[in-house]
Amino acid sequence: MSVAFGAAWWRPRSRTRLWLIASLGLIACVALALSAGAYGRLWAQWANGGAEVFWHIRLPRALLGVLAGAALGVAGALAQGLFRNPLADPGLIGVSAGAALGAATAIVAGGRTLGLWWGPQSLMVAAFLGSLLMTALTWRLARREGHVDTARLLLTGLALNAAAAAALGWLSFLATDEQLRSLTFWTLGSLSGSTWPPVLACGAVVAGCLVALGARRRDAHALDALALGEAQARLMGVEVDALQRRCLITIALMVGAVTALIGMVAFVGLLAPHAVRLLAGPRHGVVLPGSALSGAGLVLLADTGARTLVAPAEMPLGVLTGLVGAAVFLSILYRHRHLH
Amino acid sequence: MSLSAEHLQIRKQGRMLLDVPHLSLPAGQVHALLGPNGAGKSTLLSALAGIERSAAACVRLHGRALDGWDTLELARHRALMTQDTDVPFDFEVDDIVRMGRYPHSGHPHPREHELVDHALGLAGALPLRGRRHTQLSGGEKARVLLARALAQIQAPPGDTRPRWLLLDEPTAALDLAHQHAVMRLLRQVASEGTGVLVVLHDLNLAGAYADQVLVMADGRIDSRGHCQQVLQPQLVERIWGVVCERLSTSSTRTDTRPARSWLAFS
Repeated sequence: MSVAFGAAWWRPRSRTRLWLIASLGLIACVALALSAGAYGRLWAQWANGGAEVFWHIRLPRALLGVLAGAALGVAGALAQGLFRNPLADPGLIGVSAGAALGAATAIVAGGRTLGLWWGPQSLMVAAFLGSLLMTALTWRLARREGHVDTARLLLTGLALNAAAAAALGWLSFLATDEQLRSLTFWTLGSLSGSTWPPVLACGAVVAGCLVALGARRRDAHALDALALGEAQARLMGVEVDALQRRCLITIALMVGAVTALIGMVAFVGLLAPHAVRLLAGPRHGVVLPGSALSGAGLVLLADTGARTLVAPAEMPLGVLTGLVGAAVFLSILYRHRHLH
Repeated sequence: MSLSAEHLQIRKQGRMLLDVPHLSLPAGQVHALLGPNGAGKSTLLSALAGIERSAAACVRLHGRALDGWDTLELARHRALMTQDTDVPFDFEVDDIVRMGRYPHSGHPHPREHELVDHALGLAGALPLRGRRHTQLSGGEKARVLLARALAQIQAPPGDTRPRWLLLDEPTAALDLAHQHAVMRLLRQVASEGTGVLVVLHDLNLAGAYADQVLVMADGRIDSRGHCQQVLQPQLVERIWGVVCERLSTSSTRTDTRPARSWLAFS
């Protein structure tokens, strides 16, 4: 209960202070990510190759970390609001499974053909397309009489996730040892592939989604109203179907773009919104921007850990976020009785 | 103006859930909807509120069919309070009441920031302000949801078109004092012009506060009218299968109040 008590102390008047601390925290995470790494003494060696490392390795990587964390955090908050369940994950609508399937297809089937002409970008494009197609398929199959019931969407997503896992297993069975290794690494997630062109492309997608979301502040209130149930939200004038469509498109674009670049990164979408809700309450006007900040901080910290803990080798990012996420999550569950 | 329905039928999987050929309820009164479980009370309520899309064309509010209303405008004119509202996130009481103001965000009330407290005060829930929803008892939650519904239909000054408040068993989880407080509130709201349609299970509570009762059985409105006339032992036995008798206050003392009667169940 100490968490609940602490949260109550934070909640009422200190929201400005909370934003300030969160922003400063994120800036600190960015600074840490930029200065720590395998290439020591970056600033001392600035003229002597340090600048190169900064501009071409650390900066795009930190930027991708911010983008990925913000996108996954916001997508998690959107999915939880939409499904009215604090344990919902963006993956429920098939977006991650679709990306994995796209990536696996590119690695296994396209390795000889596509890969020859187009390099690693083919994998990213395939993963992005896979996530969009899979989400669209989930949505289409869940639709009945022009209306998508959330419970039905959830169950359809479950079925399609299982089918995608089966297809992924089949592709792993077909894969050579080398392909299998790159597939496994992709599944664990990493920011190591950050070069400027894909980072900028991903940044454009994520920033576009975040700006569109920020421009519709009413949607945050509509998601609040949705907490009282779909029927009650409709009675309060919320256009539930349009809201649902906008949220799904935003989730698919953002998670698709990020997953295509960094692979599967577990738990950020679950953990980031939870942290915000504990500190600042469940209103979506706060939870959505807060999840962007906390998600970005979380991914940056995890990636800095992944790069430095076993340097000069590198741990997969998904291992760290999964580990940290599970630990934090269990502690929240044990200390906070009211979560369900 | 009124809330009315013509040829209102709802059929699910071949079973007729609701069959109301004609219904017209004037605003400014408390209408109590009574009937045994499964009689179609909640179905009628949700049809009149506009949840049942197939029936939206059969229901008219202020003479206009529900499917002809702008959803936000309709939301500003009627609110539904249901019992089984499960809130998945740990909102504060004020947040929940403020959700009722969603349809007004385009045209805020001049005293918008006072409305949450006003609604909480009306519902007798002002002491709950600042509390978290998960920490409330069932009865406290019911009062907060009532405050939310009241906030939703709070009209801007100068707009005198009657609002409608539809309530599904608002007193079910309440203690004796709050049951009567809520019914008095509904009377007060009705006297200010709002139409109130409330599902109740306590026949005496309906008899004490409602202007009119509607008794439902098997998806139909069996009888309607003034409480004292409709709620007779024969009807109670026919609809609910419960034997009872009607008792009256003996106004032997110098009591200026009109004689009242109620049903006593054996």
